[in-house]
Amino acid sequence: MLADHCPLTAVREILESNKTHNTKLWNQLANMGLLGAAIPEKYGGTNMNMLELCVIAEELGRALAPVPFSSSIYVAAETLKATQNENAKKHWLPKLASGEAIGTFAFSEKAGAPTFANTNTAFDGHKLSGTKMPVPDGMSANFVITTAKNKKDQAVIILADANTPNVKRQNVRTIDPSRKYATITFHDAPAEILAEGDKAEEMMDRILNRSAVLFAFEQLGGADAALEMAQTYARERFAFGRPIGSFQAIKHKLANIYVKNQLARSNCYYAAMTLGSQEESADLAIAAATARISASDAFIFAAQENVQTHGGIGFTWESDCQLFYRRARTLSLVIGAQRRWKERLVRLLEMKNVA
Amino acid sequence: MHLNDTPQEAAFRKKVRDFLNQNAKPKDADNLKAARAETRESEADGLARAKKWQKKKAAAGYAAITWPKDYGGMGGTAIQSVIYNQEEAKYHLPRGYFEIGLGMCIPTLIAYADKETLTRYVKPALYGEEIWCQLFSEPAAGSDVAGIRSRVKRDGDDWILNGQKVWTSGAHFSDYGIIVARSDPDQPKHRGLTFFFLDMHAPGVEVRPIKQMSGGSNFNEVFFNDVRIPDSQRLGEVGEGWKVALTTLMNERLAVGMGESADAGDLLEIARDLETENGPAVKDAHIRAKIAEWYAESQGLKYTKMRTLTALSKGETPGPESSIIKIVSARKMQDIGAFAMEMQDMAGVVSDGELSPFGAAFQQQWIWAAGFRIAGGTDEILRNIVAERVLGMPADIRVDKAKPFRDLPTGR
Repeated sequence: MLADHCPLTAVREILESNKTHNTKLWNQLANMGLLGAAIPEKYGGTNMNMLELCVIAEELGRALAPVPFSSSIYVAAETLKATQNENAKKHWLPKLASGEAIGTFAFSEKAGAPTFANTNTAFDGHKLSGTKMPVPDGMSANFVITTAKNKKDQAVIILADANTPNVKRQNVRTIDPSRKYATITFHDAPAEILAEGDKAEEMMDRILNRSAVLFAFEQLGGADAALEMAQTYARERFAFGRPIGSFQAIKHKLANIYVKNQLARSNCYYAAMTLGSQEESADLAIAAATARISASDAFIFAAQENVQTHGGIGFTWESDCQLFYRRARTLSLVIGAQRRWKERLVRLLEMKNVA
Repeated sequence: MHLNDTPQEAAFRKKVRDFLNQNAKPKDADNLKAARAETRESEADGLARAKKWQKKKAAAGYAAITWPKDYGGMGGTAIQSVIYNQEEAKYHLPRGYFEIGLGMCIPTLIAYADKETLTRYVKPALYGEEIWCQLFSEPAAGSDVAGIRSRVKRDGDDWILNGQKVWTSGAHFSDYGIIVARSDPDQPKHRGLTFFFLDMHAPGVEVRPIKQMSGGSNFNEVFFNDVRIPDSQRLGEVGEGWKVALTTLMNERLAVGMGESADAGDLLEIARDLETENGPAVKDAHIRAKIAEWYAESQGLKYTKMRTLTALSKGETPGPESSIIKIVSARKMQDIGAFAMEMQDMAGVVSDGELSPFGAAFQQQWIWAAGFRIAGGTDEILRNIVAERVLGMPADIRVDKAKPFRDLPTGR
């Protein structure tokens, strides 16, 4: 379906326009029931399972699909599934499953690692005030899941309707305009709590763990597509009377990409198993961080060396190399930089060793 | 290795500074942040300002320091030329319009053209009245420079040129260009080439800008449709264009600049402003280690350049050590850009100069570096050069040197 309806020209169309996403593709994903794949039937989904979602993520990644799937499903839907706020669940999950609403997450406020400790966003029990930047899919989202501190200076995870007069948003230019970002400012915006205090910390761990696995699959799909593009070009392009793929410098480059992609694939599969089990496996956090680190590394390397394999033509605007180069870096930062995930992984390993 | 000027060099530097102080405004600071803050002027304004400045510079003898006085040069040394460029870079002066013409094109003319031609073209180029570009690269002739397919056919006293060049800097504001084209496809690839200079305003020359991944257009495609070139504009013998091209390419390294890019010191500066999840970024051991690694690389490059300059200063030919400079610096540019984005974490994607540290210089550098690793010799070609010409490794077995050019497989 994605091969037919999401060629790279569709990605380029979003890159070169002010459109937030490809609405036709988005509607098709909704009509096929793919948005609700991992949402329980009770809330309007088809409740297949998380493995289905991993498969979808990989294909979205392969196509560089310019849709808000990751924000709305990997993060917003997965967060809502875990909240005890039944009203929010009932209100938003069916809309996410049908594609009627788009949800997103807003954790960052400025350059640097965002944490509950350094957030300047405040929630007074009813209303939210603060500025978040950059917010993926922030222009198209109907609601935002965000971080704040309550009056007791505790961590809270908040859901705010994005379509109220107290929420202002502005498009933010990024390195990958095929996925749009925004700055969102809340001025006493009506909002509700999804989790508070220790529960908020737990929920953030859950958000990070689950979305890391799904993003890793998306990155894996992109990494394989970038490798295929480089392979094809290396076979077809001739220099010095030979295909450039016959030169060892290019062969080894492609082999190195393949090695990283396969390591990432294996780590993704294991992470999917920990994610898919009924009783959420204790290994999920470690497996998720591991998959995230190797998939980020694989996609960045594949995309970067795909440009290099193409040579001059790869640096032109008309070449599709840039689409991968941009997306790979964007996905590596979207739920926190690699540096932070490496730090997190070692902390998790230390805790496991103590226990 | 000399770190300081000899007394003669110091005297020359002082003379240059006096000249520059009388004619230009010094930059407030030569760091990246300050450079980013400068307002950018349009190309037309820049070109007009550049032409005015070039005239003054040429009149004072600084436009071609190493050229013989007969051609309007200063008859100076390579190290004097380096000193001048070091000093000029500290002033608000337009750059990037005449370097290719004076660094590559005119020196090729001086080596191959007759006296009459030189009398006509050298002075206007030197004084910035006429601009030159270099037309070598083609869609199928990048790393394999000799794979040129642009075709010239003899027609009486003229040649007729058809074909396409690519990645031509400054073609859109150039008056003349030097070009290599294939005159005989029945000869092996290096033997069927002939070298010319041509009028960029001649009928049949069409210049189109290339839009780069960065979004801007700094280069052109140039198309030739039955362009007539008089045989008097041929440089070198028919079929010996490759030999002439090598003369030009030997000068390329000197003419291609690298521009400003963020380095270890800039990373240290943003690390002071940013936070990690565990506190100030500047206290993070991993970040500190990365800054240290890039600092060591940068210093290595700096002193490698000093070794080259020392050789020039002593009147010697620089050793092969300078061939490592681009291999290291292009990749370092890409990695530093990416790492600064890592430090900015989720906000690392932001390329809006109002919102991103250093006016989004790191993000732009990361985009540009992807091209810099390719331009003027890819990482892979440069490593081959080091292995073969410096380390004495045997060259690749070539399948394309003996056969007629028209029989070589071309792929796409």
